[in-house]
Amino acid sequence: MAEFLSLQEAVSRHISNGDTVAMEGFTHLIPFAAGHEIIRQEKRNLTLIRMTPDLVYDQMIGAGCATKLIFSWGGNPGVGSLHRLRDAVEKSWPHKVDILEHSHAAMACAYEAGAAGLPLAVLRGYVGSDLPKVNDQIKFIECPFTGEKLAAVPSVRPDVAVIHAQRADRKGNVLIEGIVGIQKEVVLAAKRSIVTVEEIVDDLGASVNACVLPSWAVTAIAEAPKGAKPSYALGYYDRDNAFYKEWDGIARDRETFQTWLKDNVFEKGAQ
Amino acid sequence: MSLEFTSSEMMSVTAARALNNDMTCFVGIGLPSEAANLARLTHAPDVTLIYESGTLQTKPDVLPLSIGDGELCESALTTVSVPEMFRYWLQGGHISVGFLGTAQIDRYANLNTTLIGDYREPKVRLPGGGGAPEIATNAKEVFITVKHSKRTFVKDVDFVTTVGFGRDGKARDNVPNIGRGPTIVITDLCILKPDPETKELVVTSLHPDVTREDVIEATGWEIRFADTLETTPAPSAKELEVLRSLKARTNAHHSGQQ
Repeated sequence: MAEFLSLQEAVSRHISNGDTVAMEGFTHLIPFAAGHEIIRQEKRNLTLIRMTPDLVYDQMIGAGCATKLIFSWGGNPGVGSLHRLRDAVEKSWPHKVDILEHSHAAMACAYEAGAAGLPLAVLRGYVGSDLPKVNDQIKFIECPFTGEKLAAVPSVRPDVAVIHAQRADRKGNVLIEGIVGIQKEVVLAAKRSIVTVEEIVDDLGASVNACVLPSWAVTAIAEAPKGAKPSYALGYYDRDNAFYKEWDGIARDRETFQTWLKDNVFEKGAQ
Repeated sequence: MSLEFTSSEMMSVTAARALNNDMTCFVGIGLPSEAANLARLTHAPDVTLIYESGTLQTKPDVLPLSIGDGELCESALTTVSVPEMFRYWLQGGHISVGFLGTAQIDRYANLNTTLIGDYREPKVRLPGGGGAPEIATNAKEVFITVKHSKRTFVKDVDFVTTVGFGRDGKARDNVPNIGRGPTIVITDLCILKPDPETKELVVTSLHPDVTREDVIEATGWEIRFADTLETTPAPSAKELEVLRSLKARTNAHHSGQQ
């Protein structure tokens, strides 16, 4: 059964230095509060996995939490670059970060394969792309039935999955609504999972086919209202597109970034 | 009386006209999204728009800043998971057109959104592939829209993130179960299409008031022109009005949030 913990306790107990951590949420429900708590606890040498690193990993990479990143699209959506990610890759600041990059289709399949307990995912992908030349985790196999050449990538099986969701009930069952991304897959693929939620309620109010994670499939739940801001939680608050634009200026410069980090993360306590 | 319009507006209107009501379009963010929604709000109200965040048949009132804005989900027929989107809907063969933008494009319509320079020591690191590598091969055909400049239109891309026709124009030959690849490239200067034999991009239509020299000047290889070179029809008053109002709504929406 999922255990209700404070965010501080959940991160402290379930994320260790050197872990492989996948914090998901495809543009929607990005677990920013949890990311900030990981920064405050100064976790180090993490391998971070996320299809779209987004601002949350830009902040964690700039803060020095990661030594490796596995991803498929590393930009600030509709705005431009993730400057902290670029500074780490191009100039090794604050230190070197190794990258392993995929396409979205391959990563989505890799999460699904992880959830399915398989060692690999198979897709009709990477045809003619240079990505297999720079990522040794992309191979090609022959279909034993038709002979078709298909791409294969290892499944994603992180130590820890971290996601944000709209709500949990008092037994710890979790409801995810709207753009559900790969939230279910990453939790089922991981050894442990932390789910932050907007609120804890008596009744989830889930429709019969809703995306629900049963309590026994989740390790820890922490209440974190507005825990996905500046991304959004459908039904609770909108994406703060103005902040996504503002981030470009904050992240471009190392000092401005560090001041932002101090004022908005380190000097703010855990919820 | 002729209307006044910018080259960017010319590009969006021309890109929008490439879509029709019968198409199911997997939409990239940015210029493709602007063009696809302009098509939906003008001549193609029944075009099916799909975004990789899982939103099927979506009808946003403002253009999304990201691929997963709430607007896309709330105005969609239904929203599916990301693995389902890529596996069932794209790879499963339900997408007629993939509509993509790019940072670099070469003469064989290969796209680079990964980096400028050498992979291990990049001069400029770009966001990466995202959905594009598989959209380009699993959609039945691909439309590309991008601003024309020497920096963007290069003879050979630094990195093939997403295949057009490969380094030699033959990358799709004898590969089973993939689409036919790029069929049109719309820029702010002209329309280009791949030569049916060599697959090299050829200018087939110049936008109003654009000269051959303008295109030659903005292209990083010896660009060829079709024997019968057309002039792209100028935007109509209605197209311009709908485009401008869409952009005004979008700007007001994205700057108004705190």
